[in-house]
Amino acid sequence: MANQVVNDAVRAQIGTETAPRTYDVERGAIRRFAEAIGDPNPVFNDEPLARESRFGGMIAPPTFCRSLGRDLPEVKLDLAEFHVLDGGSEWEYFKPIRPGDRITTVSKIADIRENAGRLGPMVFIVVEHRYTNQHDQLCVLQRMTIIRY
Amino acid sequence: MAEQIYFEDIEVGHEIRELEKDPTTQQLVKYAGASGDFYQIHYDKDFALANKLPGVILHGALKNAFLGQLVTDFAGPLGWLKRLAVQYRGMDVPGVKLFCRGRVVKKYVEHADHLVDCEIWIENAKGEKTTPGSATVLLPSRAR
Repeated sequence: MANQVVNDAVRAQIGTETAPRTYDVERGAIRRFAEAIGDPNPVFNDEPLARESRFGGMIAPPTFCRSLGRDLPEVKLDLAEFHVLDGGSEWEYFKPIRPGDRITTVSKIADIRENAGRLGPMVFIVVEHRYTNQHDQLCVLQRMTIIRY
Repeated sequence: MAEQIYFEDIEVGHEIRELEKDPTTQQLVKYAGASGDFYQIHYDKDFALANKLPGVILHGALKNAFLGQLVTDFAGPLGWLKRLAVQYRGMDVPGVKLFCRGRVVKKYVEHADHLVDCEIWIENAKGEKTTPGSATVLLPSRAR
């Protein structure tokens, strides 16, 4: 079946990136994030105990990057009234994020595709967030699927 | 520090130690504050009802975080989570217990890294898997 919403003009938005934004990672913010999850792991909470880990000190929990403000690239779609769902995420981890790090985020539209749903066309937008530290090392890559219908 | 599991301790089929969660509305507010996700469906009941929801619902990202806790507990202080993927298939609401579970589906060595792939998920008391996912964890080896 031909796409109803995702045509060539819509797909031309793939590759669009947001301007980079930079954030300071505060130790207190890491602890508050772990506390909100209910995660008592010393690696995320306790500097002296975390020194015994492979990281040699406290690091941020795996989904901490959610708390770093990210600009979502705007995706223009011809859907009169739409609903938005967070479909899920895939994360790849390359370097730990530590208290005191300066993390720069850039978000890119990685894919736009369409499936026929029960309620009409469903558009799946994959946004790739890259989180890079002050040493220019890619720490985390997150691919988030946003569903519009 | 927590106890450490080693690559040699694991066989395919190994079940990850279950993590039980009992999310409350208070936890949703704390998570909203800590994550900066202030979408009202997670703390404003009237707003949620007006959006045809059964009431406030859990942030998908909070469930993602629960599964992150499951696998970083499994990895231990000497392990490293390399990859984590989750899909939000069903809604979960505060006041209902959730069970985070997983099992090892593959064990291999790649570029001298000792890795295990895991199937992970969150299920509710009815046994419905609302949040399936997968993870790759690097474990320490006794051989080194």
